This record gives sequence, structure tokens and C-alpha cells, in this order.
Amino acid sequence: MSQATGGGSSTSWQQPDTPPFLRIEGVVKRFGDFVAVDGVSLDIYRKELFCLLGGSGCGKTTLLRMLAGFEQPSEGHIYLDGSDMTDAPPYERPVNMMFQSYALFPHMTVAGNVAFGLKQDRVPAPEIKRRVTEALDLVQLGPFAKRKPHQLSGGQRQRVALARCLIKRPKLLLLDEPLAALDKKLREQTQFELMTIQEEVGITFIVVTHDQEEAMSLSTRIAVMDRGQIAQVGTPTEIYEYPRTRFTADFIGSINFFDGKVTGREGEALTVDVPVLGISLQVRSEIELPPGREVCVAVRPEKISISREPLDLPNVLRGKVRDLGYLGNLSVYRVELDGGRLVKVSTANTLHSTEREVDWDDMVYLGWRSSAALVLSE
Amino acid sequence: MTTAQPTPDPRRPFPKTRRKPRFWTRGKGAVTAVPYFWLLLFFLLPFAIVLKISLAEPLIAQPPFTPLFGPDGALQATLDNYRFLWEDHLYIVAYLNSLKLAGVSTLLCLLIGYPMAYGMAKAPPALRNILLLLVILPFWTSFLLRVYAWMGILRNNGLINNLLLGLGVIDQPIQMMNTDFAIYIGITYSYLPFMILPLYAVLERLPGDLVEAAQDLGCRPWKAFATITLPLSVPGIIAGSLLVFIPAVGEFVIPSLLGGPDSLMIGRVLWDEFFGNRDWPVASAVAIALLLVLVVPIMMFQRMQLRREGA
Repeated sequence: MSQATGGGSSTSWQQPDTPPFLRIEGVVKRFGDFVAVDGVSLDIYRKELFCLLGGSGCGKTTLLRMLAGFEQPSEGHIYLDGSDMTDAPPYERPVNMMFQSYALFPHMTVAGNVAFGLKQDRVPAPEIKRRVTEALDLVQLGPFAKRKPHQLSGGQRQRVALARCLIKRPKLLLLDEPLAALDKKLREQTQFELMTIQEEVGITFIVVTHDQEEAMSLSTRIAVMDRGQIAQVGTPTEIYEYPRTRFTADFIGSINFFDGKVTGREGEALTVDVPVLGISLQVRSEIELPPGREVCVAVRPEKISISREPLDLPNVLRGKVRDLGYLGNLSVYRVELDGGRLVKVSTANTLHSTEREVDWDDMVYLGWRSSAALVLSE
Repeated sequence: MTTAQPTPDPRRPFPKTRRKPRFWTRGKGAVTAVPYFWLLLFFLLPFAIVLKISLAEPLIAQPPFTPLFGPDGALQATLDNYRFLWEDHLYIVAYLNSLKLAGVSTLLCLLIGYPMAYGMAKAPPALRNILLLLVILPFWTSFLLRVYAWMGILRNNGLINNLLLGLGVIDQPIQMMNTDFAIYIGITYSYLPFMILPLYAVLERLPGDLVEAAQDLGCRPWKAFATITLPLSVPGIIAGSLLVFIPAVGEFVIPSLLGGPDSLMIGRVLWDEFFGNRDWPVASAVAIALLLVLVVPIMMFQRMQLRREGA
């Protein structure tokens, strides 16, 4: 898509000639009759922080376990840095994994846990010592080297697990729900630490998560998975602003859908007749869709203006405020349209006031620009 | 502070404070107290009696030992019986032989039981309960009956010998009954479940991702077993070994049914002293000495348990 609004312009996944660092090619995983991963192909580039996002049972963890070597794909291939590692056992892959449970060895100290990987490679003792100190400093756990895992807090354990994976300098680091076991405040803080560390060490990270906010704020790119397949791959902005399917649009953030039929085109905008609303909506779209095509118009709540005064916008609806939620930074409304349809709207609380512009049971106008909505044909 | 102070009663200057509920009268304490009382009554009391008898001299009378206090009220205790145990090498040989037979059997149980427990712990959950049931199944038959069954298997004209003779592998029956070999078979067979169950309990609780993490960090499967699984299953190994070793040392039925005349075990010696020689004081001294031999491993077990709980 040309509307891509990624970060820097030199990012490798946007340059067509960069060879992928990790190539997943038509990977299928079956457990008996159940297809956990159903034909996934993905190209992931060097130094990316790539997120596999999906609900439980979508196959994201199975895919990660195949990358680590704990599961063998039923079909397809996995190439890392040019070499086929589809059938390599976990102990021969330049890949390390951070487990959701952290899987710290309870009978070893923090330093023992972190040194474990290097000992397996028969790295000389003085170098192990130096690198363990380095790794523990990186995650700010130097003073805790002699503790046992059960003497640490959840956040500290998470950092030990991270140090234990990083110390082997893997080509690829896999993180299974790295922040799921932490409380909210710690999660936000750790999220940024994770990003900083990733930039510092320059290792390609693949993160599995079910938390869309986490995926949005962490990653360079996200692959949204649904029932074993990749629903969409893109930067967080692409995924949020230009979801390609109804599933992706619904999974990431909150959204309103209006089913309708294309009736024609007026300049940049398609006209979509929505029977439920009894009106036509104007949606900007570059994709040419023939009249009569069944589509879905999707609008995010924060892109809808809400007012008691009539609005001068191409798409305007009228309704009554049924629900109002004050979240501090945001206010969310559920507005019942004349036809009984509920529409979610949210506004930023920019004014410092306890007065409400729009209140319960107010008759309001909802409106949005034609460029604020999306047409989904899948 | 504005809280109203109650005016003190001049006769009772210290207001009666509610006593803290005592441990033993609270529900939790009472539940603990009952088994403790039981143990006190049925372990400590007989132990005290046996200790008393071990300090007496034998008599041809009823009961066959001198009372603790003579007719003049003087204490008549003697350590002669213990001295006798020490001087007659029969007893020391029997103790050492018991330790050896029990020790080797424990090792055999561990070698057979560990892979079994490991296999059970790694089996699919539905199969696990069936396997567990199969381990416990022998307990549904009498212990004595199962030892007799081994006699039928190991006899000169028993199952094994007849099979081997019939196949022409041997032309003389192999002497298996009444040997140490038969005792090893008997003890290992009888006590194997006591090794498997604690090992299984430990291995089953071991998170699978620890081994995966070890492999992920570069361990081959056998190395992951040696560095992760084995050290983490040490509590199970110790518990299982003690559960096999302690009763095996004092085992009486197996050596007397399967063992030969020269495979001395302390349990048999004890029986012979009590019922053959009717020398109750020496028999009691044997029993007390056996207890002392076993106290060391029991203490080890206790310390291990404490350390595990502390961890």
C-alpha cells in the first residue's frame, strides 16, 4: 500500500531489494486433524522487532516453537540468514527463546542461569564471567547475581530470562508473551526497556503477544494471525489505519462497521448505500469497486466528531447518547441511531473542565470526513 | 487521641486480656495432636518397654527377664546385652549384611524405578493414571502371597528353571531360591512402588519448559537431563531411597522365605532371639541397635525435607 507511514525511510522491509533475514515459506503444522499453522509465509528483516499478534489458538505460539525447533513443520521451510534450518534441533540453532514462564532453572543462581548457554558452548571461564557481568549490567541486575530465581520479583525474573537469551548473541531472539506476567505499570516500563535493549544489541526479535497495545508500541511490523493464517502484515500504523480485512480491523482497537453496497463514485470517494442507516456514506478509496459490490464501511470511534450542533461533514448521522464513559484522557460514547443501531465514538478530553459538552440522552450529530473511513471488501 | 479509656477497676488494676488461642486447642493443632498422640502411645511406649527389657538379664521365668527394679527397690540395669552384641560377631555381620542387602536393593530399585517414573511422567495425561494404577495394583494382593509367588518362580522346579530346562538352555536347574539373589529379587520387587511414587511425584511436577530452555541454550537431550532433570529430581531420589532402604534393612519375611540359611539379616536374627532362644533382653538390644542404625538415614530425610520446604 502506498499510504504506508512507517518510521524512517531507510527501513529495510520497505526496500524491495533487501534479502530477508528470516524466511518462513509455506509452513504448515498439523496436530492430528487439527491444523495449528496453515500455510504461513513471512519475510522478516535484520534488526526488526517483529510481532506475531493474535488471539489464543491462532497458531502464533506454535509458529514460534517451530522457529525455536521444538516443533517440526508438517510442510514448508524456514531459512535463517540464508541457511535452511527447518529440521535443525533446538540446540543447533543460532536462535534463543524467552519462555512465557521464563523457565529459569530453580537450582541455579541468577549468574548460573545466565552463564548456562555459554557453558554449553565451552566458552572459557574468564570470558563467561566477563560476559555474564556484562549481560547482567545490561538488564540492571548486577547486584542480584548470587540470588536464586525464587528470591526475585516477577520483573527481575523476566530480565534474568532476557539476559540468559541475549548472552549467546543469537541471530534471532524469540519472545513468547514477554510481558504477560507483569502488572500494567511494570509492563509499560519493561516495554520501553525491551526496545532500548533490542536497539543496543541489534538482534532481530520476534515477539508473540495477544496484547494489541503491546504489539503496537513495541514493534516495527506486526503480523496479525487468525486461525493459523496470517491475516495481515504491516507497520503498526498500516495495521491500525488501513486494515485489509474485517478481522484485522476488529481485532486491533475499536471500530464501527456499516454493511452496504457500492453505488458509484464521486471524485475521490466511493458512495456506499447503507440500508441500516437509510443513507449513503462517502468513503475515500483508491481501490475501484464496481457498483453493486457488497462492502463494509469501517470507521474508528476517535475519527467521528460528536456535537449537539449540526456538523458540516460529508457523512452525518443523528442519534441519542445511550452510554458515556469517562476514562480521564478520553470519553467514550455509545450513540443510538434512529434505527436502533449503536455507534461507538470517542473524543480526547482536551479541555480542563468538569462540564460535559455532550451528556447522557442528548440528541447529537455524528460526522466524519470521507477520508476517515475505510472500505473493506473482505 | 480521643478514645475513651475504661475506668480501671481498683480491685483488678490489670484488665483481663483475652488469652491468645493456643496452638493445640485450635482446629489445626487438634488435627495434628491426634496423630501425635497416636504415635506417642504406640511407638514411644513400646519403644520404652523394649529399651527397658534390653537393659535386663534373661530369666527362665514368665516374663523371661529380670524386672528393672529388684525386690529391694534397687535399679538393676545392665549393658551386658549390648556388650554381647558387640562381642559376638554374628550380630555385626548380620547388621552389615542387612545394610548391604538393603543398600543394593535400594540401588536396584532406583535404577529400575527412575526410568519407569520418568516414562510415566512424560506419558500423555490420560495414560498416566492407568500407569500409576498399574504401579499400585500389586498392593491389592497380600504381600506374603506375592513373596510366595516368587518362591514358585525361583524354585529348582519352578517357572524359570522349568522354562530354561524345557528350552534346553540348561540341563541342571539353577539354584536361585535360598540365595542372596532371591532376596534382592524379593526386596526390589516388593519395594519398587515406594521408589517409583515419590520419583513420579517430583518428575511430574517438573515444568517441561525447563528442559526445553536447556536445549534452546545448547544442551543435547541427555545433557539437558543431566543438568536439569536429574538435579531437580534429587528430593524424589532421596525420598524414594529412604522409603525403600529403611524398611528393607529390617525386612524379615523376604529373607526368611526366599533367603538361604547363611543370608543373615537382622530381622531374622531378631526373630530367632525372641522366639527361638527366648532371650528377650538380647533380642531387645538387637532391636534398639537396629533403630539406632536407621535413625541416621531418618534424620537425613528430615533435614532434606526441611531444606526443601525452606527453598
